[in-house]
Amino acid sequence: MLALKSLLAWLKPVFFIGLSLPALWLVWQWAMLLGGFPNDLGVNPIEATNRFLGDTALRILLITLAITPLRDITGIVALSRLRRMAGLFAFFYVCAHLSSYLGLDLFFSLAKLWKDIVKRTYITLGMTAFTLLIPLALTSTNGALRRLGPKRWKRLHWLIYPAALLAVTHHYFMAKGFQIMPLVHGAILLFLLGWRLIKLWRHQKP
Amino acid sequence: MLIRRPPRFAMNDRDVTPQSSYMNRRDIIAGLTAATGFAAFPQTANAKVAGPETYKPLVGSKTKYKVEDPNAPWKAVTGYNNFYEFGTGKDDPAKRAHTLITDPWDVKVEGEAENIGTFALEDLIDFNALEDRIYRHRCVEAWSMVIPWVGLPLGPILQRFAPNSRAKYVQFFTKNDRKQMPGTRWPVLDWPYREGLRMDEAMNPLSFLAVGVYGRVLPNQNGAPLRLVLPWKYGYKSIKSIVGIKFMEEQPDTSWNLSAPREYGFYSNVNPQVEHPRWSQASERVIGPQTGLRGALARRDTEMFNGYADAVAGLYAGMDLHKFY
Repeated sequence: MLALKSLLAWLKPVFFIGLSLPALWLVWQWAMLLGGFPNDLGVNPIEATNRFLGDTALRILLITLAITPLRDITGIVALSRLRRMAGLFAFFYVCAHLSSYLGLDLFFSLAKLWKDIVKRTYITLGMTAFTLLIPLALTSTNGALRRLGPKRWKRLHWLIYPAALLAVTHHYFMAKGFQIMPLVHGAILLFLLGWRLIKLWRHQKP
Repeated sequence: MLIRRPPRFAMNDRDVTPQSSYMNRRDIIAGLTAATGFAAFPQTANAKVAGPETYKPLVGSKTKYKVEDPNAPWKAVTGYNNFYEFGTGKDDPAKRAHTLITDPWDVKVEGEAENIGTFALEDLIDFNALEDRIYRHRCVEAWSMVIPWVGLPLGPILQRFAPNSRAKYVQFFTKNDRKQMPGTRWPVLDWPYREGLRMDEAMNPLSFLAVGVYGRVLPNQNGAPLRLVLPWKYGYKSIKSIVGIKFMEEQPDTSWNLSAPREYGFYSNVNPQVEHPRWSQASERVIGPQTGLRGALARRDTEMFNGYADAVAGLYAGMDLHKFY
């Protein structure tokens, strides 16, 4: 029992630092770039930044969805307490991904953004995924959970499933040719969603 | 102790699987493990490239083909490009193309021509008559680089094969070797990579066969030892590591057109008015010598035929370029 408590005590801060690292790394690289020093952003730093943020957002979204299956497998119930943090980090990287696109690619032209959303399927999908995540981030507090009641709160937070499916599809439609990474992300997502479906089905069996 | 000696006829999987196939499987598993390595950071495209001094010098005569803007740096030209035979990342070619064997190199010429057969690179290219050409390279992904190539005009070389009157088109093929080109183990595109031109396009003086860049032989990642350079068309038309040339009466298949016909037409001329379905082609990011924030943000408006309208617009007179994109 004591071991578990101490596990919890370091699990959260370690997880927090881990999920912050990509952002810290990126900020460091941009500091080097702006200062005129060698950096790892390559010769197309804006594309590199946008891809890096998108990949990170998607992967942390998958990590968020992996926590419950991981808890079931390991039996470490405390893992659940990492879910909110992971979800909020995913939302943070999604916001950064969108901001880098809006700011560095479109130079903050909302007209261009709207045109892209209407015209380009993968951007429509990505923006829809982002929109679905907004209410989840807003209701992530204990207060919101209390006000909504656990049943309604849970139902609302099911939105993460369509959001994740849209995010993977966004990646798939963005890539040129028949690429492997979107399929890898998709396979992981299907596994994580399949896990839940099987659990649900087992629960409903008499 | 019981020692089981299997009879000679009892073979297991290991005995009947050729080594190359399970070695290959290991590569795939390693690739997947690396790909799913969530602990590792998502990579950014930033290859450490070998300097120009690593490559053999080539001397080309100066020509009138120049671009107002400064050349992209060596590290951009050789460290950031697409060559899907070595992976889909922009730094994959620089990291992985070292496995390509470019010497000896043969090109098979077939189809509607008198002088067909297999030719060694040295018989196709007169390395004492090379020419320098500085062209702007416009990628379909909306970025551009100014690149100093070394090579020879395509037209006179094609003429030497004596194409006959049925030769309306010419198709080109990239080498397709799963051992040397690991990216071809996955069907990103329908391999081998294929490209094609109308004969009059191929004969245009701008069409160029490059064997070098920056006064050096082509690094493998840039399409060594022989590649096309067609500056008025999107970059993917400039096929790399050519092993086949075929003269044809009908319009040939091209790899990107087969993959996504709505996005990549046969002509693929640079045209700021015709959008790629997924992004605008009106402007492009300039990958040039500038560093820092100015370098990162540098953009320019895309020009019709990438600025080469004077030389090539006549080829498409009367054609609806929205239809024939």
